[in-house]
Amino acid sequence: MARFRKVKEFVIEKLIFASGIASIIFVALIFIFLLREGVSVFKTTSIGDFLGGRFWYPISDPPKLGILPLILGSLLVTAGAIVLAVPLGIGAAFYIADVAPVKIRHLLKSCVEVLAAIPSVVLGFLGITLLVPFLKHTLGLPTGLTALAGSIMLAFMALPTIISISEDAINAVPREYKEGALALGATHWQTLTRVIIHGAMPGIIAASMLGIGRVIGETMAVMMVTGNAAVIPTSLLQPVRTLTATIAAEMGEAAKGSPHYFALFAVGLVLFLISFLINLTADLFLNRGKKR
Amino acid sequence: MNSRIGKAKIEVKNLTIHFGKVQAIHDVSLDIQPNEILSIIGPANSGKTSFLRSLNRLNDFEPRLRINGSIKLDGLDIRNDIEAEDLRKRVGMIFALPIPLPRSIYDNITYGPRLAGLRDKTTLDRIVEESLKAAYLWDEVKDRLRSSAQKLSGGQQQRLCIARTLALRPEVILFDEPCSGLDPISTAKVEESMLELRKSQTIVLVTNNTKQAARVGTRTAFFLMGELVEIDATEKIFTAPRDPRTNDYIVGRFG
Repeated sequence: MARFRKVKEFVIEKLIFASGIASIIFVALIFIFLLREGVSVFKTTSIGDFLGGRFWYPISDPPKLGILPLILGSLLVTAGAIVLAVPLGIGAAFYIADVAPVKIRHLLKSCVEVLAAIPSVVLGFLGITLLVPFLKHTLGLPTGLTALAGSIMLAFMALPTIISISEDAINAVPREYKEGALALGATHWQTLTRVIIHGAMPGIIAASMLGIGRVIGETMAVMMVTGNAAVIPTSLLQPVRTLTATIAAEMGEAAKGSPHYFALFAVGLVLFLISFLINLTADLFLNRGKKR
Repeated sequence: MNSRIGKAKIEVKNLTIHFGKVQAIHDVSLDIQPNEILSIIGPANSGKTSFLRSLNRLNDFEPRLRINGSIKLDGLDIRNDIEAEDLRKRVGMIFALPIPLPRSIYDNITYGPRLAGLRDKTTLDRIVEESLKAAYLWDEVKDRLRSSAQKLSGGQQQRLCIARTLALRPEVILFDEPCSGLDPISTAKVEESMLELRKSQTIVLVTNNTKQAARVGTRTAFFLMGELVEIDATEKIFTAPRDPRTNDYIVGRFG
């Protein structure tokens, strides 16, 4: 009987260990696979031509596999989304955490959760049917399928992350700081801008970084509203193509083993590295916040 | 001010405080005289801290707060005649837990004056020195004003918080159990500075330590379940209280 119990303990322990280690193994395997497939593209195109090439004509002969327009497209759409979402998200977080009456606070928190639950294809659908025609008419553009449309859609998707993580950071600022400042004659606004923001800053930065991470990896909504023209963008009001949309749109038609096919894996690798760096930065800030 | 000689610094009339459905203060009326130390004693949940925090409107931010009755400072109603921020500059507060801001000693003390718009370096320097001297901290920190306030010991931090409040030249200082986390020597130093401050300021002290009330209080008020049971000269409260409940609390029969 005692022996049976020992075996049972042993099996359970190993099972838990295996589940814990599984995610690390999966990440490693994915990375190795991406690397193996992606690196093959450099047999036909140099790294400089790949990252810095101005033309993406994957099915011309010979194919031109420069992803600079795609990288710039992703960065432009992301930058636009961040400019829209970060101030709005931080403002909303402050309102929810520190200003709103209790009832409105609960209502708003549920709304933010609902916003996070909307599938991206549904947002993209709304974008195509409402936002794109709206932009076309109001701004008098030849097409509403622009980087701006993508930025607005992505801002919606980044907002829940930014709001809820910033709000946690604001709530984590000790109540005594706030009262101490108030007792010294600070107004509510002075307390907010000089004391609370100070304490919540690492968390707010982390929230913004995670929001960026969410935005740069997003595919569906962006593909639906940005027009997907692989040219180097010069303004927010013209069509762009992102890294993610390129993979999603072209993977189905790229011949397996062709330079095009490998190039798409290399694009995936680039995306992977960008997201990884963003998440790492966010983690650094979150940990800094905890240590203090 | 001269016209108000002999009048109370703070007059509280029929004060009632609710937090939602919970009543924290029941119809309390009392006067606080200029340059006295009024000690407020009472067991947990007796409403003494709620009472104290209503004197500088620090509980304004509590959700579902309802206040009835009036509180007057120098004859002016603090809810209608004075802005909350101005009130809090005139009626300073010291908390149970000293929370220095995560900045230098110097910056902690000049924080309030700078919020109020004061920028002149020599004036700020003078305020820092005077405030630290009044809080009996100057000699211990005068050589390291630029180092972090969070490196000070607990007792020093509490005296720093007193100095920080004094930098605003308040007329009244509210102490909310200022010595609950301090050792006896630090406690003695804080009490010493209170007795000194009394010469120029009015002090209200909430304390769980009845002996502290007996040591420093000019008068003492006894709160129980949100009601003011008795207020009188400290000697009288501690030797011949009128109400038997006061006596029970002081000799330690409950609370």
